[in-house]
Amino acid sequence: MLALDIVLERGRRDVGGFRRHVRVEDSARVIALAGHSGAGKTSVLHAIAGLVTPREGRIEVDGRCLFDAAARIDVPVHERHVGYVFQDARLFPHLTVRGNLRYGRRTGGSTRFAFDDVVALLGIGALLARRTANLSGGEAQRVAIGRALLSQPRILLLDEPLSNLDKARREELIPYLQRVRDETALPIVYVSHSADEVERLTAAVHVLD
Amino acid sequence: MPIPVSWHPSALLPHRPRMFDFTPAELTAIALSLKVATVAALASLPLGIATGWLLARKRFFGKALVDALVHLPLVLPPVVVGYVLLVALGNHGVVGGFLMHHFGIGVAFRWTGAALASAVMGFPLMVRTIRLSIESADQRLEQAAATLGATPWRVFRSVTLPLAWPGIVAGAVLAFAKALGEFGATITFVSAIPGETQTISSAIYGLLQVPGGDAGIWRLALVAVGISLLALLASEWLVRRQRGGEAR
Repeated sequence: MLALDIVLERGRRDVGGFRRHVRVEDSARVIALAGHSGAGKTSVLHAIAGLVTPREGRIEVDGRCLFDAAARIDVPVHERHVGYVFQDARLFPHLTVRGNLRYGRRTGGSTRFAFDDVVALLGIGALLARRTANLSGGEAQRVAIGRALLSQPRILLLDEPLSNLDKARREELIPYLQRVRDETALPIVYVSHSADEVERLTAAVHVLD
Repeated sequence: MPIPVSWHPSALLPHRPRMFDFTPAELTAIALSLKVATVAALASLPLGIATGWLLARKRFFGKALVDALVHLPLVLPPVVVGYVLLVALGNHGVVGGFLMHHFGIGVAFRWTGAALASAVMGFPLMVRTIRLSIESADQRLEQAAATLGATPWRVFRSVTLPLAWPGIVAGAVLAFAKALGEFGATITFVSAIPGETQTISSAIYGLLQVPGGDAGIWRLALVAVGISLLALLASEWLVRRQRGGEAR
């Protein structure tokens, strides 16, 4: 489902900049990216989403080319159809939960995920009218996942969605993630440094070093 | 002993100047000042937002020069700004002559010219405030909006603008306050014609030139202080509200 071969560069190498050659090719639908912090896991997700531009290489998702340096292909972020769930949720503070969920609705195109279904799947029906400021960490992540799904993505990118939560909240959120995995049939790239999470949620693991 | 019917406390102080009896000319100047300052702030706001956004978010060739040009009215003698406007936009000026000849549009010696002069003078303050508020609008939220399918223009409208809004309004209020106090550029460009271009500032200056104008000067000065103080408090409150909103 994911074929990616890129060189990521940040800053100048001679003054301690960052340069990684990352190669992931996997036909599994749910892939984990593991590795110690600073290995560039988040940078890889950013590259798939188009938030950073690789120095060279090629990114293909589910047979669709998103980036190809040699062919000068660089699909703009807003046309990539990636559902990105950030580590820090990044809900819009000036919108309600409902406003956040509806933000990504696209005009035209197929509606694979319906509003009510996603709300039920994630159990966020009671939160719809709330401001995002007073959601708990777990609630905020569920809303962020819902918001990503409702943008009708073709791939879901999850960047350590559990890392900002305490242990009890983690255990609470994992079943929701498993449901998203099993019921959406979307390709998923899951970034985590926790072996336990990776084992419980994903089928194939790639370790970056 | 019957009390006189038409008695008034002021009878005790027959020679005390009547502090708050505004003359029609003073009221006209106050109304004109408010009109000029409001139009100056609102009309320059779109350009102020665009410039603030450009300076906050974009890197381009000549950015330092644009930044310097925007700030020029802050450090130039206002009379120079007024003179430049007169040369450029006066009815026989380089641009003004063209506009007058072909479209019959002229701002020289009209209240619109006063608004233009004070807009130019207030522009640096407006842009500085708007730029800061756009800089402090969280770019990570803009990224999130883009991944959700929002075009850059929609990201700007639906995320950047609402997040920066209190700062943008504060910038407009600040420009309003500055426009209210503008004197040098305005009087150079459009003179001080009562009812057309004579604002509070130039009315005070005019009263200084005639004997016995003290009471009028005091009245106008107090009004200027009052309005400016309110505007500054409002602007400060708005900026604080934006900071508070982020802390939540």
